Order: sequence, then C-alpha cells, then structure tokens
Amino acid sequence: MAIDSSEVKKVARLARLDIDDSAIAATTATISNILAMVDRMQLVDTQGVPPLAHPLEAIQRLRKDEVSETDQREQLQSCAPAVEEGLFLVPRVIE
Amino acid sequence: MYDKTIAEQSRALTRGELSSVELTQSYLDRIRQFDGDINSYITVTEELALDQARAADERRASGDAGAMTGIPLAHKDLFCTEGVKTSCGSRMLDNFIAPYESTVTARFKDAGAVMLGKTNMDEFAMGSSNENSYYGPVKNPWDKAAIPGGSSGGSAAAVAARLAAGATGTDTGGSIRQPASHCGITGLKPTYGRVSRWGMVAYASSLDQAGPMTRSAEDAAIMLNTMAGFDPRDSTSLEHSVPDYTTTLNDSLEGLTIGLPKEYIAAGLDADVEKQIDRSITEYVKLGAKVKEVSLPNAGLCIPAYYVIAPAEASSNLSRFDGVRFGHRCEDPQDLMDLYLRSRSEGFGEEVKRRIIVGTYALSSGYYDAYYRKAQQIRRLIRDDFLDAFKECDVIMGPNAPTAAFDLGAINNDPVAMYLSDIYTLSVNLAGLPGLSVPVGMANNRPVGLQIIGQHFAEARLLNIGHRLQQVTDWHLQSPALI
Repeated sequence: MAIDSSEVKKVARLARLDIDDSAIAATTATISNILAMVDRMQLVDTQGVPPLAHPLEAIQRLRKDEVSETDQREQLQSCAPAVEEGLFLVPRVIE
Repeated sequence: MYDKTIAEQSRALTRGELSSVELTQSYLDRIRQFDGDINSYITVTEELALDQARAADERRASGDAGAMTGIPLAHKDLFCTEGVKTSCGSRMLDNFIAPYESTVTARFKDAGAVMLGKTNMDEFAMGSSNENSYYGPVKNPWDKAAIPGGSSGGSAAAVAARLAAGATGTDTGGSIRQPASHCGITGLKPTYGRVSRWGMVAYASSLDQAGPMTRSAEDAAIMLNTMAGFDPRDSTSLEHSVPDYTTTLNDSLEGLTIGLPKEYIAAGLDADVEKQIDRSITEYVKLGAKVKEVSLPNAGLCIPAYYVIAPAEASSNLSRFDGVRFGHRCEDPQDLMDLYLRSRSEGFGEEVKRRIIVGTYALSSGYYDAYYRKAQQIRRLIRDDFLDAFKECDVIMGPNAPTAAFDLGAINNDPVAMYLSDIYTLSVNLAGLPGLSVPVGMANNRPVGLQIIGQHFAEARLLNIGHRLQQVTDWHLQSPALI
C-alpha cells in the first residue's frame, strides 16, 4: 500500500508529531519503503488463523479491587516539568 | 580481578581474597581509562557504587552474602533506578530522574550487587547498531570501526571491555542476543514473562523481556537466579516455578537433539559466520548431541510481522511522553497541541518517530485488519512452526545475525536494510521463546555468536548447553586488546 505525504502528515499529527516541511518528502519515502517491505505479509493466506496476542496465550491476570499502593504524588511529581498544588500545569485549555 | 567471571569473583569475595570496594574501584578506574572512547555508559554512579560496595563488604562480613553480593554490574538505561537518571538513550528522558526502582534492579539491590552505572542503548531500545542513541554511538571493543550491536550495545560493550562484571539487557527483537554475539559475550533472552517488566521503559509490551549479559553461561545462570520470578506488579509476569539455574549446568548432553532449520542457511548468511556456527555444532556432536534438519517454513515472515507489531505497540506505549508529566517539555508552548507536538518532536529521535508513525498508521481506522491483525495471525504461524519443530528436536541452533558486526555508519541511513539484519532473532520474540547467544569464534576479526533456542521455560537447559561448550572451548574467555 503506497502512502503519500499528506497521509504521512495526517498520521504524524494523530501521533502528535510535527514533521518539518523540508523533511516530509524523505520521511514519506522511508515510510513507503517500510510499508512495501511489510506488505509481503499480504501474500500469505491467513484465512481462519486466529491472531496471537500473547505467545503463551496467557490471559490478563485480575486482582481484587482494593487499595494496593500508597499515595506517592509528591514523589511522582518530582520529575514533572510544571506542577502547582499537586496539579500538572499545561497551557490554558478553556478560555 | 576485573578479568574474572562473576563466579570466580564471588568465590574470591567469599574467601576474603579481595573486597567489593577493591573490585568496584578497579572497574571504575577502567571505565575512566577506556570508556571515553567506547561510550558504553551514559551515567557512571561512582559514589553510589562505592557506598554499595562498602555495604556489601559489611554484609559479607556478617555472614549474610549470596552469589551476587558485592558484584559490580551495569544496568541498561531503561531500567528505572530510583534517584538516578534513566534516559532510555533519549533526549526525551535526558532530565528524568526515576522516582522508583524497577523490579529487576531492586532484586539486584536486595541481593547486594553493586551498580556501576547505566549503559548506552539505541533510543527506546529501537535499533540494531546502537547508533540511534542521543548520547552518541557505542564502539565495539574488538574493533572500534564496528558497531557493538543493539539495542543493548552499551551493556554488551561494557562486559566485553571488562568495564563491568555483568550487565542487564532487554530483548524485544534480538537486543540481547545480537549485541552479545557481536561483542563476543554470552547473552540470554528468557521466556516472555519469566522476568518482570515492571519499571522497564516499555517499547513493545508483548515482546519485551529482560535478561543477563555476561562473560559465561555460568554467570548468566547466577544473574538469572536473581532476576527470574513472578512479580504481581507486572500483569504479564508468569507464575512458574524458578529453578536454581546453576545446579544443572554440568548435565550431560548425551542424546540431545539439535534442530537445524533449513531456512536458516539462506542467502545472505556470511560464509565465515556459517563456518564458525558449523564448527560449534561439531563440538556439540562430540559432546554426544545428535543433529537433525527441521523446518520453520514461515521464518522469513518474522521481519514484516515484527515491524508491524512492535511499532504498533510502541506507538501506544510512547504516547505517555506528552511533555506534561515527565520528560522533555518544549519552551513557551502556545497551547496544549503545540506543547504535545513540539515536546515530542524535539524529544524523540528519527528512528523513534519513524516507528511511531508506522505503528500509528498500522493501527489506524481502515488499516487495522491489513496490518496489525494480519501480523498477529502470522505471529501464530511462526509460533506454531517452532512448536512443531520442537516435536522433533530439543533445541534449535543457528546464527544470531547474517554477518559479524558491520561498520559504524554502514547502513544507518537505510532503515529497511537495518531491519533485515534482524532476520535470525525476531521470530524468537514473536514466539515468546528463550534464546541464548554464546561466542563461538571470529569472522573478519570480529566475534560470532551461536544462537541456541529452547522451548518455553527451557532457560536451565540452554544455560547447561552453553556451559558445556564453554568447558571445551575458550572463546568466552578471550578479551579485546584495548589500547
């Protein structure tokens, strides 16, 4: 499946990545090469093969819904770029 | 003593022939002398290491020591280490001081091991050459024109250059086995779920697995004894009993059936690498093993399947780096979208961005069935090929990589060529199997490793098989001549 530069830009935006206009052609070419390599998969007949998400087919372990961790807010916010009164600061979202 | 194995160092510490402080200092001195050139460490924790060494010596004096007590290790810089920078080889985490400790490093701490520092790696573990690091490439100690392999290239180079007694690594698509092979050391990727992923910065969660990188298979067994085991904090950690991996190292190999996949001798396998692999298999025949041809018909599909599944999972995992809670934040964001876009675009390197874009595309509406679902179906075919092959053999042997280490800069501008070099390692991760690399010779004056693949939870057998070879060969004892 070929991909064009407008689609690369759109996908990058979905992933919250900004691609410089000067780099978009080269990025599109590289992504197209990767997708061309990956497209070999389409030649394989996988009709009726169930997808494998976990190599040992283990299922997600569940635990009781009870408090297991203590409050570590200050410690965990120690590496945040901007914090005030226990809240993460970001640019104004609602005017 | 820096040239001794962990097993030998541990015995010398027990006999009181040296202290952990002396041993630790000898590695710190070597790091200062040689690592400016090799670049295997991102952070050296000198003071912490000496404090831990003193504590280990006291603990030994009080009679409360284990095999790892006082042994100086290096940890790949994606294990969170409380109070110590954990960069993952990325500008994104250049300012990140981990507020908690990963399970793997906590287990080594509890065992009294010493942490010398954090090792260099491909950014977010994405790479096969260690050239994708924000902190610059690592050089192969055997030949400084060569890559050390990746993504655990710093750990492999540090152990090869005797800048650590052993190291931790992680392996999502070959990132322990391939650098171990290229640097002439021993590296084990355990069964998926054998070692806790808690506190490891996630790349592809259904594939990531931590393991030991050491001089010898015996050392890998000693380290795995500390690393392996169930962890309730990792939802994919498996509740499976952990043996003492050192007790079966000397078991007989009489009657062992080695499977040689006919697909592995494909075009592109370097003739000198093939020669070393063949010679090591001859050694196993001398030790009583039998050889049988097996088939892994879908082996070649591991590359497309992996390069959909891993980027897809990465695109999801790496969405947490948003410039809000930790990591790099851009200057003066105009609004929230600007904050996300610029923080992520400045913080991530080229290969990471590339994989996020491929992964986002593969998961996006309208493409999911053609890419992600298709790759997961092929993943089953690949896994089932191994299960079928293991009906006819006990282990599978082959190379780790088509060639010995290539030159720095040789293919770094061609991502697809780089991906194709992962042909021998990816399928093991897709199938969740354990794989061991042991050094078996040189090609073009660069080390070659033999890959030994086992059934799920067969780590003890793999280490036994590696150890027996190391009793009759000395490739694992050879060290590069550093200037």
